[in-house]
Order: sequence, then C-alpha cells, then structure tokens
Amino acid sequence: MTSAQETAVAGEKNAPNQSMPNADYTATAHKARVQDKVATGILAAIVGVIIVALVAIIVYILASGASKLVDVHFLTAKPEQFKAGGGIGPELFNSFYLLVLTLLISVPISLGAAIFLTQYAPQGRITNIAKTAIETLSSLPSIVVGLFGMLTFVLTLHWGFSILSGALALTMFNIPILVRVIQQALEAVPRDQRDAALALGLTRWEATMHVLVPAAMPAIVTGVVLSAGRVFGEAAALIYTAGQSAPVLSWSAPIWSLSNPLNVFRPAETLAVHIWKINSEGVVPDLSAVSAGTAAVLMVCILAFDIIARVAGRALERKLTAE
Amino acid sequence: MTAIGEKTVSNKSESTAEVVGVSPKRGIERRGQIITGLCVTLVVVLVVTLIFMVCSRGLATFTKDGIPLGSFFGGTTWNPHQNGADGVPLVGALPMIVGSFSVTLLSCLIALPFALGASIFVVEIAPGFGSKIFRPLTEVLVGIPSVVFGLVGLGIIVPWMRGLVGGTGYGILSASIVLAFMILPTITSLSTDALAAVPNSYRDGSYGLGCTRWQTIVGVVLPSALPGILTAIIMGMSRAFGEALAVQMVIGNAAQMPQGLFTPASTLTSVLTMGMGNEAMGTLPNDVLWALAMVLLIMSLVFILIVHLIGRKGAAKND
Repeated sequence: MTSAQETAVAGEKNAPNQSMPNADYTATAHKARVQDKVATGILAAIVGVIIVALVAIIVYILASGASKLVDVHFLTAKPEQFKAGGGIGPELFNSFYLLVLTLLISVPISLGAAIFLTQYAPQGRITNIAKTAIETLSSLPSIVVGLFGMLTFVLTLHWGFSILSGALALTMFNIPILVRVIQQALEAVPRDQRDAALALGLTRWEATMHVLVPAAMPAIVTGVVLSAGRVFGEAAALIYTAGQSAPVLSWSAPIWSLSNPLNVFRPAETLAVHIWKINSEGVVPDLSAVSAGTAAVLMVCILAFDIIARVAGRALERKLTAE
Repeated sequence: MTAIGEKTVSNKSESTAEVVGVSPKRGIERRGQIITGLCVTLVVVLVVTLIFMVCSRGLATFTKDGIPLGSFFGGTTWNPHQNGADGVPLVGALPMIVGSFSVTLLSCLIALPFALGASIFVVEIAPGFGSKIFRPLTEVLVGIPSVVFGLVGLGIIVPWMRGLVGGTGYGILSASIVLAFMILPTITSLSTDALAAVPNSYRDGSYGLGCTRWQTIVGVVLPSALPGILTAIIMGMSRAFGEALAVQMVIGNAAQMPQGLFTPASTLTSVLTMGMGNEAMGTLPNDVLWALAMVLLIMSLVFILIVHLIGRKGAAKND
C-alpha cells in the first residue's frame, strides 16, 4: 500500500492544483477538470454503494436471526425434522470439531510445504510442479473437492459419511490458502535475519525453525484464523463427505458409538450444511426461522474469527517487537 | 535466493554424503529437507490423484456406457433415466453448460464496474481509506459462507425479482446477482494489486505532461495494469463457474435449455449438488454426473491456463 499512498499524495499535489494559477486555461483543460471531478464522484459513489450493500447484507443476516441468536434452547437442542422448535446443538459442536481436526491436519502440512517452497526448493522443475499443483487445488470448485472426497474416503476407503472424510476434504480445500499465507509470511521476514542465522553456523532447518517461523508467527496466526473462517462456513465440500445427518450426541456413549461426540467415524452435519439441507428439503415448518437463526450464528462465528485474527496477529506482533 | 550460500551448503552435503549421520548438523538439515519435501509431495500426489480419479469416473460415460460425445455436449435434453428416440439415453449436458457460462459471464458483467471502480478509488484516490477500511470490509465479504449468500438471495433477491418481472423469481439473473456479490472481493482485491503495481514514474510522467488524475488513470494506469485486471476477471469467473450451493438455491433447478434470464435454469454445479446423492454408484445416471464433474474440473484447469498465458504475455511485453 505504501507505493499507492505515495501516488495519491503525488497525485493530489500535482494534478488538479497545478493548472489552477493560470486563470486563462483553455476550454479543453476546463473540460478535463470537470471530467476529472465527475469521474472522482462516480468512483466514490461506487465505493459507497458497495459499502452500503455489504453492511446491509450483514445487518440483514444478523437481524433476521437475532431472536434465535440469544435463544439458549435453539443453540443447544437437537434439530427437528418434521416439527417446529428444533435447535442446532449438534451442528454447532460438529462445526467446531471439524474445524479443529481440519486445522490439526492442514496446518502442519501447509507449514512444511511452505517451508520447502521458500527455503529448500531449488528454482526449477520441482518448485514449478508444486506451485502448479497448489494453484490447481486453489482454483478447484469446492464441490469437486467434495466429490473426490466422497469417491476416495467415503467409498474407496469405506469410512462412510464421517467426520474424518469431511476433515480430509476440508484439508484439501484449506491447504492452498494456508500455503500461500505462510509462504508470504516467511518471505516477508527480512533477509538479514536469515543470513545472520546462517552465518552463525545454523543449518537452514534450524534457521527456519528458530528464526524465520517465530518472526513470521504473527502473520501466520492471522492467516490461519482467517482461513478457519472460510473452513467454518464451507458446505459444498462437506455435503457428500461429512454427510447430512447429525446423530444425537451424548458424552457418556462409548467412543465407537455413533453418538459419542469425538468419534471421527460418525456422520456430522455442520451449520452451513444444515442451512442448505433444510432449505433443499423444505419440510421443517419453521424453516425460515431456523435457517435465519443458523445463518446468524454462522455469521457471528465468522465475524469473531475475523476479529480474533486481527487482534491476535497484532498482539503477537507487539510482543515480538517489544522484546 | 542467496545463490552462493545455498550452493556451498548443498554441494558440501552432496560431496560428503557418506558421512551423513556423523555430523549432527547435517542430519538435522537432511531431516528438515525430508519432512518438508514429504509435505510438498503429498500435496502434489493429492492433486494428481484427484484429477485422475475424477477424470477416470467421468470418462466412464463415454467408454463404458458408450455415450457419443456429441449427444453429451450437444444434446439439449437432460433425463438420464430415459432413452431418446435413437436409443441413446437423454444425457444432453448443453443446458447446464449454457447455464454455467451464462451465470458466470453475467455475474462478471455485474461485478466488474463495481470492482474496477472500487479498486481505482482505493489505489488512486484514497489509499489510506482503502487499506484501513475498504480492504478489511471486503475481507469480511469473502468470509460470508456461500449458503448464507444463497439464503440472502432467497430472502431478498428472489422475491424482488418476482415482484419486478413476475414468474417464480428463480433464474439466471437472480443467481448472477448473488454470484456478483461473491466474486466482487476476488476481482476487487486482485485488480487493486494490479493497479498498485503500476510504477509511480508512469503517473508522474503523465502528470508532468499536464494530464488530470482521471486522464492519467484512463490513459496510463489502466492500460499498464491491463494484464493484472484481466487475471482478476478470470479468477472471478473461475470462482463463479465453480460455485455450487448459492447458485443451486436461487437458480430454480430446471434442467432445460435456459429460456431467458428470469426463468428457472440449472448449472453444472447445481445438477451435481442435487443429483449425486440420489444415484447409485456405477449406474449410467451416476456416471454422467461424474462426466459433469469432469467438465467442471477441466474448465477450472482452463481458467488457470488462461491466467498463465496472460501472465506470460504481460511479462513478455514488459521485457
């Protein structure tokens, strides 16, 4: 953004004002100035429209679900299929459980891949293949990732519609996002820090683990939490992997039982999938209230992730620079 | 990359490969290389497996079930459970292909003026506002889940369309408007990057010649940033083409040739989302769904390819 800021400063100083002192500027110059003003006005209006629309969407989502948002029964009870008054308790737990599992799998893999690409990979064929693969993965529609997950984890490996299948599908969806963020974070660490570490006789691995990764940590944490928001709201990759049913959960059930919350081989409908499912089935009597409530809960969680990402990143940054 | 530092390190470890393990340092380095290398390999293997598996299932329609390519890509009737007059099952995918391309192009057309206008504003006119307020806001927009967009579409856009033109309110235009919101942040942030990457000396040159800011934007900044802006548009299209649930919720899901912008239609993704759960694996109706998935996969590869071609052309022009 710094170069852009400089531009604007330069732009504001040079462009409109310089022609002002000569009162006898020609009609063309006058026309150009009017054009410039009008264009600036239109651009500002466009930005205004976008911001208003965005705020309107968020307010609409939160307002339509507001009454459910503070309803403890709705947040904890089990969903109902044919009668009104169902809750989203299991879905809420499933969403967070899937998110934690996904991050546990995808963060180490992405960190490793990003370190390899920034520190070890020779410029050339391996890097190119890996970069192309990650780019391909990032542009794949999530429904395709979900279908691949169904084919591989659900059917070929016989895991069925399960949390594990879902977490692995989400991992594939999350890896390209994470690799890119971590790569950028590692590359943003000043070169001298790495050079100094290497000059002290550290290996590249030690330099990475003890110098680069700690220095890049604020950016990595921000990136991981932001990606968590994306994972939390993902549904297309989960419909055919984690499934569309939410067994009633009970902490006293044995671990192999489908009602044990931690059993990774049980089907698990998430909040986002729940919204999609009840809307495509359309049999729940209080459909619009339940989906509005679920959407509001989802939105609150995602806004929270967004805020946590920024606050945590800034706090870590402060801690690092103060030392 | 520090060419010198790296070369010495790697040469040394190769020439004395037999003493690996003697020096703990070298062991550490090796281990790091292997662990991170495995991560990268895993990702590559996953991607290759994905492409292979989806394509092998998708091709079964043509190899195992013997559907001619022409009746799949050219047929306009989609009803895999029935045979047509010529004995070939009715698996014409053209309605979905046309549907997908229509919502993609239309949503881009709607989003582009807003995205481009906003990125010009935040780069050229108010950079402080751009980085402090506008970018965080668009990041929130990225985070809104697609089902929630679908729900907003159902709650606001579909009734609005119904009131405006009658009919059901479901259709290509409703889907395109919802998609336009979803791809707006993608196009905006990528074209913002493209505009910000234009060297300031270009702008100074233009101002030095007496141009106004708007003349500078139109005559200098936009043409130089064109490859980047094109990339942004393609990435937006790629996202729109692959979006499933939001589209499925508002397009009306009628697997017929689109009659217009206001009548129910369907896309590759919407048919896949709806159908995959209902057909048994290995049957013809299931195989053709995988063929649709393969088309989706190939299109997303084509989008990447286009981005690469634009990048290469841009690089060649700058040299």
